[in-house]
Amino acid sequence: MFKLRATILKDLRVLLRDKIGLALMFGMPVLLVLVITKIQNSTFELVNKNKVALLLANRDTGKISMEMIAAIDKIGMFKLVEVPRGQADQQLIDRMHAKDALLALILPKDFSSRISARAKKITAKALNSFGLEANDTSTAKTTNTDPVTLYYHPVLQEAFRRSVDGALHSALQMVESKQVLQQLYFSINEKQLPVAMENELLNNQSPITEIPVSRDGSRTVPNASQHNVPAWTIFAMFFVVLSLGSGIVREKTSGSFTRLKTLPTNYLLALLSKQLTYLFVTMVQAALIFSIGVWLFPYLNLPALNLPADLFGLFIVSLFCGWCAVSYAVCVGVFAETQEQANGFGAVSIVILAALGGLMVPAFAMPDSFQLIIKLSPLHWCLEAYYGLFLEGGTLQDVFASIIPLIVIAILIQLLTVWGLKRKKLI
Amino acid sequence: MNNSAVNIENLGFTYPGQSTELFSGLNLTIPAGSRFGLFGPNGAGKTTLMNLMTGLLSFEQGNILLAGNEMKKKDRSVNKLFGFVPQDLSFYQELTPVENLQFFGAWSGLTTHEIKQRTDELLQLLGLNDVRNKPVEKFSGGMKRRVNLAIGVIHQPGILFLDEPTVGVDVQTRHAIIHYLKELNKKGTTLIYTSHQLSEAEDLCDTIALIDEGKIIVHDDLNHLLAAYGQNGLEGLFLNLTGKHYRD
Repeated sequence: MFKLRATILKDLRVLLRDKIGLALMFGMPVLLVLVITKIQNSTFELVNKNKVALLLANRDTGKISMEMIAAIDKIGMFKLVEVPRGQADQQLIDRMHAKDALLALILPKDFSSRISARAKKITAKALNSFGLEANDTSTAKTTNTDPVTLYYHPVLQEAFRRSVDGALHSALQMVESKQVLQQLYFSINEKQLPVAMENELLNNQSPITEIPVSRDGSRTVPNASQHNVPAWTIFAMFFVVLSLGSGIVREKTSGSFTRLKTLPTNYLLALLSKQLTYLFVTMVQAALIFSIGVWLFPYLNLPALNLPADLFGLFIVSLFCGWCAVSYAVCVGVFAETQEQANGFGAVSIVILAALGGLMVPAFAMPDSFQLIIKLSPLHWCLEAYYGLFLEGGTLQDVFASIIPLIVIAILIQLLTVWGLKRKKLI
Repeated sequence: MNNSAVNIENLGFTYPGQSTELFSGLNLTIPAGSRFGLFGPNGAGKTTLMNLMTGLLSFEQGNILLAGNEMKKKDRSVNKLFGFVPQDLSFYQELTPVENLQFFGAWSGLTTHEIKQRTDELLQLLGLNDVRNKPVEKFSGGMKRRVNLAIGVIHQPGILFLDEPTVGVDVQTRHAIIHYLKELNKKGTTLIYTSHQLSEAEDLCDTIALIDEGKIIVHDDLNHLLAAYGQNGLEGLFLNLTGKHYRD
């Protein structure tokens, strides 16, 4: 026990004097969590709160185009920037290149007449199907083309573009429906649709209630912090490979290891000490990053991290995540011949395992062929366990199914390490 | 009572992947309490022999006894009988001399009290007391060599292996180290030393062995050998027995 205590003390001293290693283990992950959460939160707000600039060229002089503009404005997603009527398409495109806006919508000069014609055509069809005769069918056969053009900047991602597309279609649908309704009402009653009825029919959409599924019955909507902080904490834990992995290689290749091999103590004790020391480091990392999420995020205009109700469960999950991370780092350190190998392989492999584990793209969004590989990444099980606590409001019992594979993977890594030590005659 | 510090019997060793045996049926006895020097040209096998005696390499054939105790692959208890001062600086440069001695002392099997006592004693003896709490990485080459030596002797071993212990140091440090080693030997520690510094070796060693191509050419009291071969110094004896041609 005295030898172990002395070795842990030595490892802690070496660690505390490695300023770059400390910066990598604590500074970088904190920065990463802050940056990623800020970005994700901005994306969330872009879609849900902020308005996207939309250049609007209304070349129509009719009433329906004004209704269309009002409908788009009502969506609340766009900051409308109306451009002079005479401005050509190329001028709009130039403004988009200048990043004045990422979207531009053109309502052509015959927009109102086109919509009106479509409405009359649909009305006529409807009346015919009711066995009634339409008042005016002369223009009903004239047009069936899309009346609007949307220019978009290529930097816009497809998911966001689809969201814009859906919103604009919804506005267009609203305008068209209103016209059809007015035409139908006029054809049957020979008078204008009352405004009150129009509002009743068109503006009274049935709401959709969104409820997050949780194990504890809470209805807290998960925010960007709930998603990002646990994910990047795991990333930080596994990134100890840079300090620990290269530290083991440094020790192996330095004279100190030669001396250790001549002393009456097994090198396994040194590895046990390193595991305990760095397990402590990973726990401090988790505590630090969670604390930042809880207390610092609100001051940075980021949503505060809500810690799970089961704090003991959070401790246990963090402990096993840390143990698995440390096991992996030791294994890399034992097999690597040089510090460059340990750093290069360690860093790249963690990024790959993080990607496979669902830290960068959600696991459910990955192709079916990846579903088995995902399960081989320890980071996946760490994330599953953390999400079970942070997002689903679960307890330790609920996430046990994710901890078991994590333990199995850690044990396999440990066995591989012992095999490597024997193969290299280090023990 | 065992009178030999090291007893090598019929030792056979081949490096993995090599077909030629480096040592075959090698025998060597180093008397307890002696100041033994092992010399030879580059590639002669002296470092390999030192590594076999300290357990850094394992042998397939024969036996090595340290103070009568057999060296075994999986039993490290014999390791507490000797100390080792490698040619490379073998400690943690980011730690202070005190912190290094605390760690290596614990690994050598000492108690907290013993470590403290020996640390104070050694730092004083080797002139490191003023810098005891400063990181070793900021030390001069000579100071680092003294730290390297202090760690090797912290547990007061009966046998001390020294591989080029004074390489790259100034005259003052060399003198201090050699003086300390002689004092250590007077207290009963067997010194097993290897170096290319033959004048230093002549000053330190009372018994020597010359090794070449994996074989012990001569092994005797230094003065007897010098007289027997009609040489004034170790360098002349060395060249006389191993030749003047390059070996690497």
